Amino acid sequence: MRFSTLLKKPAEWMRTPGPENDIVMTSRVRLARNLVGFPFPGWAKKEDRTRVMDQVRPALEELAEMKDSFSEEMTQLSAIEKQVLVERHLISREHAAKGPGCATVMNRKQTVSVMINEEDHLRMQAIRPGLQLLAAYRSLDQIDTELEDDLPYAFDRQYGYLTACPTNLGTGMRASAMLHLPGLVLSEQINQTIQGANKIGLAVRGLYGEGTEALANLFQISNQNTLGMREEDIIAHLDRVIGQLIANEKNARMKILEDRPTMMQDQIGRAFAVLKFAHIISSKEALNHLSMIRLGCDLGFIPEEERECITVLLTEIQPAHLQISAKCKLSPEERDILRADIIRKSLIGLTPPDFGSILTNRDNDDE
Amino acid sequence: MFGGCFSPGPRGGMPAPPGPAMNCDICHTEKATIFFSQMAEGKLQKVNLCKACADDKGVTDPTGFALADMLEGMGKQTAVDTGPARNELVCGSCGFTQTDFKKTGRFGCADCYHVFDEGLDGLLEAMHKHTRHVGKAPQSFPDAGDRVAASAPVSVAETNPRARLSELRQALSKSVEDEDYEEAARLRDAISRLETILGES
Repeated sequence: MRFSTLLKKPAEWMRTPGPENDIVMTSRVRLARNLVGFPFPGWAKKEDRTRVMDQVRPALEELAEMKDSFSEEMTQLSAIEKQVLVERHLISREHAAKGPGCATVMNRKQTVSVMINEEDHLRMQAIRPGLQLLAAYRSLDQIDTELEDDLPYAFDRQYGYLTACPTNLGTGMRASAMLHLPGLVLSEQINQTIQGANKIGLAVRGLYGEGTEALANLFQISNQNTLGMREEDIIAHLDRVIGQLIANEKNARMKILEDRPTMMQDQIGRAFAVLKFAHIISSKEALNHLSMIRLGCDLGFIPEEERECITVLLTEIQPAHLQISAKCKLSPEERDILRADIIRKSLIGLTPPDFGSILTNRDNDDE
Repeated sequence: MFGGCFSPGPRGGMPAPPGPAMNCDICHTEKATIFFSQMAEGKLQKVNLCKACADDKGVTDPTGFALADMLEGMGKQTAVDTGPARNELVCGSCGFTQTDFKKTGRFGCADCYHVFDEGLDGLLEAMHKHTRHVGKAPQSFPDAGDRVAASAPVSVAETNPRARLSELRQALSKSVEDEDYEEAARLRDAISRLETILGES
């Protein structure tokens, strides 16, 4: 598959809804694997990396799941193309910076992607809409088992799958869910939520992983520990915590609607106005307003049909995506103008939020 | 980030011990001025650092103690006389050294896990609260991973930190009864680590 074809199609997870999709955007699972007999990528010389790549790439391309896949060496991709893959969560920021001997292979639906020679020889990822961590793991587990026949994995009876960094040792599995938590942010409960998750061995990060800002009220929650627990148990633990977070988020939203309905109307109404009429808008401002429109959909103030468009926009308005659609490099100022244009066009059919259902509660409003 | 590894045992800058001046365990050039001694797994462990390396590694910052944990975890049991790089352990397969590990936090190849296995369990315990893999194994390892787990099911305590905490507390009372104070010290540290993680005290 050509890269241009890949770019034209939004990832499948953006188009199909999944369980708990109002709060859980996506579920992702990744497995780290290494081959016997080669140094890990960070310590390997170019020749070794290339030999690993030449072994892994054909093995991946032969898998039924990877039929007609997109497969490319990192040196063959432009900076903007690599950035597009990062913005779609198909490769990591670290992998985008890689050179010779590193490659990326992904299926047509963009639901499975494999980084070759990132921190480990293989980093495979499956992504699903909504809360489907176990389903994502099962699909990846199958691919992993098929690869086992062709690729001799570095494995140890005591330590499990051997990884470059001991933080990934054992299962080599990181499971994470992307949660939309505007209720907990608006009610200022988010910090205590994050601390609580940390205490039970889970990490909470921003939109693009470690060290990134929480934009659009989106948070990734994932397991920290990979050794000493079965894959299914790690996922079951994460599922339980996410279930609790969903309940907390829903409660926070209801509480705001009861106590401060005007504030909620203002946030959603403002987001509508800005996105509909702005001509210059930064990525941060746009993402945060899109979050409010999405919340409006969840609460029934904005028609459900708009949800998919909002989800696609979250990715389409990011810098590299804008530059691919403009077919040229753009300055930040030019990007802000193009971003506003794209949003206005996408939301042309969006009617003002209908708050009828909460207006009756105005008497209780303490704002 | 990984929680205190050997905390909260006695820790912190102590006055320089008498005897010949010693060099920093990290740079090996500057005079060591910061000395850490901690009880871990029943053994007294010592690390000597110069001010610059200590600051650099965040050792003096109580919130950023993970690297010091790592350093200690990597078999620095009696670091007092550890000489410079000439005696250093090197992986025969890939040429990676212990210094490389301390610098990057990553290993060079799969064999490094066996070359540098001394102290590794302490590091893994701090990171994962476990040292042994259960879960998937390649089919070429018929008696590893899942199947081991199937014949010896993972106890509740292994997956539930609170159950593990009460198990540890029981073990502590028993070791005190048995007057096994080394074991008791180890358990006390393990309990307080777990309590910190669980937000109990």
